[in-house]
Amino acid sequence: MPNENNLSDTNAKATMANLINDDMDFEIRSLDSMCINDSQQQHPWWYNFKYLTIGIVFGIVFVKAEIISWFRIQEMFRLQSFHMFGVIGTAVVVGMISVWLIKKFSIKTIHGESISFHPKKFNKGQVYGGLLFGMGWALTGACPGPLFAQIGTGALVISVVLASAIAGTWVYGYFRERLPH
Amino acid sequence: MMEFLKQPWTWYVAGAIIGLIVPALLIFGNKHFGISSNMRHICAACFPANIAYFKYNWKKEIWNFFFVCGVIIGSMIAIHFLNSDSPIVVNQRLVSDLAGYGITDFSGTVPKQLFSFESLFTLRGFIMMVVGGFLVGFGTRYAGGCTSGHSIMGLSNLQVPSFIATCCFMAGGFIMANLILPIILRL
Repeated sequence: MPNENNLSDTNAKATMANLINDDMDFEIRSLDSMCINDSQQQHPWWYNFKYLTIGIVFGIVFVKAEIISWFRIQEMFRLQSFHMFGVIGTAVVVGMISVWLIKKFSIKTIHGESISFHPKKFNKGQVYGGLLFGMGWALTGACPGPLFAQIGTGALVISVVLASAIAGTWVYGYFRERLPH
Repeated sequence: MMEFLKQPWTWYVAGAIIGLIVPALLIFGNKHFGISSNMRHICAACFPANIAYFKYNWKKEIWNFFFVCGVIIGSMIAIHFLNSDSPIVVNQRLVSDLAGYGITDFSGTVPKQLFSFESLFTLRGFIMMVVGGFLVGFGTRYAGGCTSGHSIMGLSNLQVPSFIATCCFMAGGFIMANLILPIILRL
């Protein structure tokens, strides 16, 4: 909305923006299910290598348990194999017990911070987006994690799929306000 | 030991390790398991284009890039050093179904007859790779998470929205794999 009054407002807005910037930043990031946990502690960047290590374990499991196989995903959706249901089911049960234990004993991080959980709010996006993602999953045989792992196994053409997924993410961001949520 | 590691891992071993990633990330740094948000961070870092959804401090989420780089390195390690070289063993019905569409090569993680640079320029390949990828990126963000963020992390934390999302992931997959994919594979 180009408006002449906007110019004079700019300064006031900038101050406001600075004030609420941190809150806004949190607000925007938390639209996502993951980007919500802010660490109050400042660590050197190489502390992130601990996440690299966990990622390596994850990548090895992806390949060794054939989770990144297009064929296994087809079997799952055609109910021709228990394998993927077993993998996801076990992961959920182990995850549930872990989260329960962390909450029950108020376990802290290795840096002494308390671990936080945030309830998710329902919106229609989980239905519409969920259905669309499910279709993409069955087509490509990969959810986002396996996309990266498939490239790692040498299926370089999957980088096209990944690029398209990033494009899809961008297009969602562009149309977000106009989509039913 | 190596022989043991080289055979395909059973579902409960794999599932347990993946489940343990949830507490590992929480205890290592209060991080919530989730992969698909990386694609959002990539957009925020590279093409924010003044879109509110991408205007946030993505540098705070840099741990996730390290995590996903680990996934790529881990898959390289597994394929080069822990690979058994024998093709995947799948349900016989799937083998005969796919043979009807000319898919007979089971050696890769993805069927080479469908996913290749040559087939990218066929209608079938374009739909499977480009449209499929687009749906993965668009759908996961619309739903606010993917299999890791909703189905594993969300369900671990007993979140009803994550349960709804997971049911929809599955429903979408069933519809695609059983009703639409047979048409696409015939193209």
